[in-house]
Amino acid sequence: MNGFHIVVCGSLVPDPLQTLEPVTTPQGPGLKNETMLPSVLDPWSAHALYEADHLAKQVAGSKVYLVSLGPKAKLQQLMMTVAQKVPFELVAIDGSASGFTDAHLVAAALAEAITAIPGLDKSRLLVFGGCASASRDAGVTMQLVCERLGIRDFFSGVDELKVAPDGSFSVLERVEGGQYLASTCQGAPAVLAWATGNLPEPRNNPQVGMANMRGVMPALMKAKPAAVGVGALSYAKTEIPAQKRATRVVKDVGADEIAREIVAWIKG
Amino acid sequence: MKILALLHTQDDGALPKAALEVVTAAAGLAAQAGGTFAVAVLGAGATAAADAVAACGASAFYAVEGDAVAQPRYATDTAAAAALMQAAGAEVVLAPGTSRFARCLPGAAYRTGAQVDTHVAAVSVEAGAVQAQRWFYRQRILGAFSRAARPWVLLVDSGVYAPWSGAAGAAQAQPVAVAFGAEDSRTAAQGLQAPAADAQTIRPDAPILLVAGAGWTKKQKDGQYHIGEAGALIQGFLQKAQASLGSSKSLVDLKSDGQETLNFMSHMNQVGQTGSTPRHPKGLSTCCHGEEPHAVGWRFINERRAINLDANCGWAQGKADVVYVGDAFEIMAKVNALLG
Ligand SMILES: Cc1cc2nc3c(=O)[nH]c(=O)nc-3n(C[C@H](O)[C@H](O)[C@H](O)COP(=O)(O)OP(=O)(O)OC[C@H]3O[C@@H](n4cnc5c(N)ncnc54)[C@H](O)[C@@H]3O)c2cc1C
Repeated sequence: MNGFHIVVCGSLVPDPLQTLEPVTTPQGPGLKNETMLPSVLDPWSAHALYEADHLAKQVAGSKVYLVSLGPKAKLQQLMMTVAQKVPFELVAIDGSASGFTDAHLVAAALAEAITAIPGLDKSRLLVFGGCASASRDAGVTMQLVCERLGIRDFFSGVDELKVAPDGSFSVLERVEGGQYLASTCQGAPAVLAWATGNLPEPRNNPQVGMANMRGVMPALMKAKPAAVGVGALSYAKTEIPAQKRATRVVKDVGADEIAREIVAWIKG
Repeated sequence: MKILALLHTQDDGALPKAALEVVTAAAGLAAQAGGTFAVAVLGAGATAAADAVAACGASAFYAVEGDAVAQPRYATDTAAAAALMQAAGAEVVLAPGTSRFARCLPGAAYRTGAQVDTHVAAVSVEAGAVQAQRWFYRQRILGAFSRAARPWVLLVDSGVYAPWSGAAGAAQAQPVAVAFGAEDSRTAAQGLQAPAADAQTIRPDAPILLVAGAGWTKKQKDGQYHIGEAGALIQGFLQKAQASLGSSKSLVDLKSDGQETLNFMSHMNQVGQTGSTPRHPKGLSTCCHGEEPHAVGWRFINERRAINLDANCGWAQGKADVVYVGDAFEIMAKVNALLG
């Protein structure tokens, strides 16, 4: 084993604490003040990135790439924090990161960028991503990338990857009812779409940040534009259905009475 | 319009509930569109499973069974699903959004030149065209959309349609041959594993979801931690109410940060923006603030109540039907006692 080439696909999503409001733009649906919304690295792909780093540290000779498709200026902002987490080489693609874009177009752009990485060795290739984005939340992009790269082994909702010295590995994938499907695979190449994994978010490390930034700026400069949009999707409407409930706040009432009311409700 | 209900069997050879729901969806769509629908089944016991829905009104039945598809595996499931879609010549494919199909159908769509959408919450014919609805930005924005291209594969979320029920019969499913390659079996399924937790706490069909928040692990009014007591109260409730257990992110994150917490919970329990969005008729939130990234995890919980010490918690801001301001330790002990 000469180590893995681990390519993580991950982009930006609006910070979950922001209020999102749909608007119609000439390009299709979008978000109000979209360019102004603060963004974070898409949470499940962030877990994939931390797991990639963990694996690269375990298997000597491994290298981590982060392939990110998003508006160049926003990617640059995002890298200010993400680049401090773990070492990687950035491959940037300049295009929309909207949740309303068509996953088929996104997958085509990602697969093209991965194929173009100089020196990438498919026999050592593990492609990581999130099991779904927090924007489109479709959970199809990584399979489409897998097919486009001609890879036959794909795992979804991955929480654990254990690699044996011979390069074969075992995987735990989330399935129904809080269970895992355990599988073994003969080895790379494979595509793994991660759930949360098992690692905490790494602390910011300014030294890692400085080393990464040397590659990040040139990668952003040469980011190729990708014509990613709503594609073949035709939206009839996007809306936030009225959700507000008339909340009844019960205070200054004893625990006995509250418990009785809750039990009546459960049984009712 | 040719519609296909593409289904798979579960371990025991039966169709999962989510598959029966798709039979209902396909029959409804065919009726609306003035078309017909076929049923295709993949997995162990597929032919017998087709017989179980023989009376559903489908115009044809197809099946792929055998060792290669006895266990879920991307490469073989993808090849089998693609073969079934091609055999049926379907234009619109409805399939359950189970973990098995969520894994393989995007690949099968790619191989058959189809387009694919997931998490479908409704499908209907509007002005002569098939239209689907799904949520974007993790249950925040609801969109309605269509695609002109065919085939179009739609994975339907479970719990949206009522499961089809009816008499079994002889479906005479046509066996579909699949050309599996040697490289399709590089992966071998080793079976199901329960998570490290010592109890089965996630029950998708439970009548009620109990969500535990980080408050259970915080210092209480006596200035002490009561983590053991919290665990006993939560597990007691799960057992007595046959509830499913959800968690806030903060609570399960304590575990990866190495802090003492409830050992029967894992990230699998997490609901919300970066967790799951389960469907249950009722939900009870305890010791949990009800912040927005968490509240989106409740999108599909019909009746919502919360217990919190803080009268101004997020739940009180129009997200729950009732907020009980009180100590969850005290209240849940009494609830458990009343449940007997
Ligand atoms: C990128 C991102 C993604 C996120 N995704 C998710 C997600 O998927 N799911 C999620 O849950 N969160 C998510 N969050 C985190 C979310 O913003 C909140 O931080 C989290 O939900 C808070 O959890 P909590 O309510 O359990 O904890 P806290 O905010 O600590 O609240 C604890 C509550 O317990 C109450 N309490 C304490 N003791 C008692 C008692 N004895 N009786 C009654 N009440 C008591 C307190 O009043 C308090 O309201 C995300 C955040 C970010 C930034």
